[in-house]
Amino acid sequence: MDPIVAKYDKKQAALLPVLHAIQEKEGIISQESEKAVADYLGIPVVHVREVISFYHLLRRKPQGKCHFAVCQTTSCALLGGEEMIEYLKQKLGIQPGETTPDGKFSFSVVECLGACEIAPMMQCNEDYVGQLTKEKINEIIKEYQ
Amino acid sequence: MELVTTKRFNTPNSHKLDTYLADGGYGAARKALTTMTPAQVMEEVKKSNLRGLGGAGFPAGMKWGFIPQNNPKPKYLVVNGDEGEPGTFKDKYILEKDPHALLEGIILCCYAVGIHKAYVYIRGEYIQQIRILQGAIEEANQRGFLGKGIMGTGFDLEVVVHRGAGAYICGEESALLESLEGKKGYPRLKPPFPAVVGLFGCPTVINNVETLACVPHVIAKGGEWYAKLGCERNGGNRIFCVSGHVNKPGIYELPLGIPLREMIEQHAGGIRNGNQLKAVIPGGISSAILTAAEVDVKMDFDSLKAAGTMGGSGGVIVMDDTTCMVWTALVAARFFAHESCGQCSPCREGSGWIYRILRRIYHGEGREQDLKNLPGIVGNVGGNTICAFGDAVTMSVGSYVQKFRSEFEYHIREKKCDVKRENYAQTNH
Repeated sequence: MDPIVAKYDKKQAALLPVLHAIQEKEGIISQESEKAVADYLGIPVVHVREVISFYHLLRRKPQGKCHFAVCQTTSCALLGGEEMIEYLKQKLGIQPGETTPDGKFSFSVVECLGACEIAPMMQCNEDYVGQLTKEKINEIIKEYQ
Repeated sequence: MELVTTKRFNTPNSHKLDTYLADGGYGAARKALTTMTPAQVMEEVKKSNLRGLGGAGFPAGMKWGFIPQNNPKPKYLVVNGDEGEPGTFKDKYILEKDPHALLEGIILCCYAVGIHKAYVYIRGEYIQQIRILQGAIEEANQRGFLGKGIMGTGFDLEVVVHRGAGAYICGEESALLESLEGKKGYPRLKPPFPAVVGLFGCPTVINNVETLACVPHVIAKGGEWYAKLGCERNGGNRIFCVSGHVNKPGIYELPLGIPLREMIEQHAGGIRNGNQLKAVIPGGISSAILTAAEVDVKMDFDSLKAAGTMGGSGGVIVMDDTTCMVWTALVAARFFAHESCGQCSPCREGSGWIYRILRRIYHGEGREQDLKNLPGIVGNVGGNTICAFGDAVTMSVGSYVQKFRSEFEYHIREKKCDVKRENYAQTNH
């Protein structure tokens, strides 16, 4: 954590980057990690929990190996985003916020990801995928099966 | 017309330092640091009429001038790259295609104001863009364009990239500061303004990515040249993001003041499938919607304000005549209900209440009373909250109800929609 904290003029400012780093390594932010971060930065553990619960990219529960974050906001909705959301529910047999029993897939419905020019779109792990169609979704799912 | 900020976007490897230098990059910073005083740099930016391109449209040079120069505390620049306003995707392109232009703008701002540390806050989903900017900073540090004694002068500047974690409200400048300090993103009461009490309690300039990426051009060619590109009091071009029912969605760098109709018809390829235009959101979801009869408006901050809406973030969302306006109002209301940070009761409770009313109207369960109550509920969010999010709820949702009232009445009376719906047969509200 030291090199991250060194970039900031106040220690607590390193909270988000430290949590990102832990999540990248471990997939989630566990209760033990919350405690360790709180101790290291000298802040109450409840503050760490509060921050994790405020930001939707931070999580205490694991997501699937392949996570779809599908946009439901205006530009995507205008071009069939909601249909893509319905299709994913059906295809994966799960609701937004859930993970398939084999741990391979999870998905969430999100607000604008800043890629309205390729609507309807979703983020698949790190990558943006645009001009979504049912066929495109099938291909991606096949790739991760 | 002359392209400025997007001119390099199609150059191969435009994000690399060597390519940037070959295109004359860091020339403006060298000119400023070696031949101009900080006051002269600020004066040039004031002359350019460069407006804040994140959404508020506040004159950039004037904002820099608000930083007290006799304060013993350190000063900061915080760059707002938390691009989250629905319909907006321009900063993503700048970070990806021309990160050194942003860094050069950062150097110029910091030199003008006397800042030695800048934080660039980028939305957490822009993972690739964060990597590209990080790479650009490393290159610039190694080659002496950032760090100690920039370009052989005595000027020091450290730039740190900070990744957000998924919260729309953090695009609001004081919420962004809270977030950067390691807290949940609750907007702060103003005054004091960030220029006096900002990051870590110190004087802070907060500028949008695009605003800063324009500054090297202002310094290279002069404020007067830049001002002439746009229209009165709105200097330069702006990167408009056009999406929705147009044939060619994408970014379009055009002069401030271009008529909206021209942008849609001549640049974005017109309406898809030969359909008719029905409505346009001109400046991100927070701006008031315009009807097809209103699209001759000029797309600068002042003209849009006079038309009862705003220039906002430059996110232009176009809707054709297959669009149900009760449904689009519902989509907007759902966004606001989802993204309200929860700090102020009128916004937290109001946005959810509005969403529930619109949902029942849309699903054919609306009551006569709903349409009577809506204006009051919508109107009582704006002006009663700490930040401008509440005003956005009022402006945005209020405009759908006011301008397309007959569709809401039809939904309540007939319990169904009167527009043919092609692309959104399914709905998951």
